[in-house]
Amino acid sequence: MFEYAPAPESRDVVDIQPSYGLFIDGEFADGTGKSFKTINPASEEVLAEVATASEEDVDRAVQAARKAFGTWSAMPGSERAKYLFRIARIIQERSRELAVLESLDNGKPIRESRDVDLPLVAAHFFYYAGWADKLGYAGYGADPRPLGVAGQVIPWNFPLLMLAWKIAPALACGNTVVLKPAETTPLTALLFAEICRQADLPPGVVNIVTGAGETGAALVNHPDVNKVAFTGSTEVGRQIARSVAGSGKKVTLELGGKAANIVFEDAALDQAVEGIVNGIFFNQGHVCCAGSRLLVQESIATELLDSLKRRLGTLRLGDPLDKNTDIGAINSAAQLAKIRELSDAGELEGADRWSPACSLPDKGFWFPPTIFTGVAQSHRIAREEVFGPVLSVLTFRTPDEAVEKANNTPFGLSAGVWTEKGSRILWMASKLRAGVVWSNTFNRFDPTSPFGGYKESGYGREGGRHGLEAYLDV
Amino acid sequence: MSKTERPSRARAAEHPGGRDQSRDSARLAVRKTYKLYIGGAFPRSESGRSYVVTSSKGDFLANASKASRKDARDAVTAARKAFGGWSGATPYNRGQVLYRVAEMLESRRAQFAAELSETGTKKAGEVVDAAVDRLVWYAGWADKIAAVTGSTNPVAGPYFNVSSPEPTGVVAVVAPDEPLLGLVSVIAPVIVTGNTCVVIASERAPLPSITLAEVLATSDLPAGVVNVLTGSVKEIAPWLAAHMDVNALDLTGVGDENLAIACEEAAAENLKRVFRPGKTDWSADPGTRRLTAFLETKTVWHPTGA
Repeated sequence: MFEYAPAPESRDVVDIQPSYGLFIDGEFADGTGKSFKTINPASEEVLAEVATASEEDVDRAVQAARKAFGTWSAMPGSERAKYLFRIARIIQERSRELAVLESLDNGKPIRESRDVDLPLVAAHFFYYAGWADKLGYAGYGADPRPLGVAGQVIPWNFPLLMLAWKIAPALACGNTVVLKPAETTPLTALLFAEICRQADLPPGVVNIVTGAGETGAALVNHPDVNKVAFTGSTEVGRQIARSVAGSGKKVTLELGGKAANIVFEDAALDQAVEGIVNGIFFNQGHVCCAGSRLLVQESIATELLDSLKRRLGTLRLGDPLDKNTDIGAINSAAQLAKIRELSDAGELEGADRWSPACSLPDKGFWFPPTIFTGVAQSHRIAREEVFGPVLSVLTFRTPDEAVEKANNTPFGLSAGVWTEKGSRILWMASKLRAGVVWSNTFNRFDPTSPFGGYKESGYGREGGRHGLEAYLDV
Repeated sequence: MSKTERPSRARAAEHPGGRDQSRDSARLAVRKTYKLYIGGAFPRSESGRSYVVTSSKGDFLANASKASRKDARDAVTAARKAFGGWSGATPYNRGQVLYRVAEMLESRRAQFAAELSETGTKKAGEVVDAAVDRLVWYAGWADKIAAVTGSTNPVAGPYFNVSSPEPTGVVAVVAPDEPLLGLVSVIAPVIVTGNTCVVIASERAPLPSITLAEVLATSDLPAGVVNVLTGSVKEIAPWLAAHMDVNALDLTGVGDENLAIACEEAAAENLKRVFRPGKTDWSADPGTRRLTAFLETKTVWHPTGA
């Protein structure tokens, strides 16, 4: 095997301030809550001090958004579009800086933040910019109206991409937003606030409040918020659904998953192996639609697993800023503890654990790519979302059995199917209870393409024409 | 069938559950026993309970079955069992079945007009006509909704990518107090898209709902696609809202704000889709929102290339 020399991306392109405030009504402001530190999960180095928005701060942000709603919603769509196009362009111009900051704060490999996250972030703003003056053609009536103030809470796994998924359609439809980034990854959202200023976006149209769960709850429960959009865990999604009961707020929830990646014996095996790797080890498995359950047809299980293990031996784990890195750091100590707990439960319940020879850095939060074989459907690692680089392998014999096992979960976000037989792909796609089905590919995203879950993976769709519905009074 | 209202005696005579005609005729009328409609059968409530249903004038009409929590669970089981076949049926077939329901309803126009009059419905014949027309309208949606709400997505890459609507699953519906037009207006959009449902009928006027179930039972609709419970909304709705095998909740008929909130909270447990439209004008064009409220969008990707 080849040895690669380190090829680190320079962190000089990004200028991190020692402390950050909230972004309210176009200005950076101190928060009245206790500030917290955000760290680089690959080194545990403190990157910056960040303000916590108290209930009072959230109220100020919502009021700013309410005030801005009047002018923003009344503005011709073509003008709103131009603001969004401007933002998209600035994101492209500053994409290297954003990618480095994303990798620093999140721990994901620069290869992914640079080649996947940032291009998609810009693409989402371009896509929804184009809708702003064409809403009458979207299929929701001739003159669909915005909802008002959107309260948006996003997770730490794709900090900027989730921001783009939330803010771009909301603004295109004429809403104003208050967005709370995740506690562990607030920095790129705050850099985005600066981008809003560069774009001369009217004050109050976008407001960013940082903090943890309490800040999020204050935002979601604020009586003057008309729309709640949340991406995150099913547990928190449930709490939100309960807390908005009777409020009349429009809600979209994009929650957890336990996707089956189903490989039939006639699949192109090398491609399938790449798809499995991409499905579960992309972004350290911190992906709600990760293909965390491999369902392989019994006849090829041994052959496939041998190839998969060989491939895992070539994955490079380490410095997220190294351009050769495939697997970066686990986002936080808490997440690492959760991955360890579930993996230990896998062993205790009788599944066989395997990882390639892989040395872990001394500092930071790391977990090697891991495969469990001999997994039963009742095992916790087959039922619960690990949100880490841990793959559970189960087998099946017939297509019917594959469907039954794949659907045997309260989640329904995504699924993968690998087979060369077209009619079987279409049959499987129609039987799988999941919002996205990737056939002979996995983990593809595009702003034109609706994404979202069935069952306990939440409701509503993001992306495409369908993504507009969440932000319109229809 | 004449569109004019019939004299009340003739109407009552046509109405097997109506007032007893024995006082002024030689023959004692055979009354109808109103039961539940679960899995294509008409069982009594397993609880053995019933409640008195009176006309708008206060006259005794019938003892309706008072469904229990167990009946609600049985109905969900029946609806789940029916889901695979019904959602897998072709849209053309589902449209045909819905149109058949309209045909059967039309043929019983007089009976429904009579039953509705007992509930105090004005211009009952016209209401039946509107209900028939609504069924026909929804029947036509079966094979068109996918074209209107689906899409092919021009992604930036070599992929074939298509989004299409699919039914959510089992829907629990609290029907409004509009015994026929309101009832068909909530059932038709749910089932025409391939969902199955458990309906709690209007508590005040449940009898036309069970008569509608007779229409459904004779309209080629597979058993379990629609299940109708009569009884106390306050008693049954929370169980359906909390049932882990129910995918969506239509709270149209829940007038009590506290009950509605309790149902929404219970629905959060397994993240049911909740539809709560507020006051509805049943004579207005329904639009597509009742159809889309119970649909999921599935997006399928495949690489392109030779």
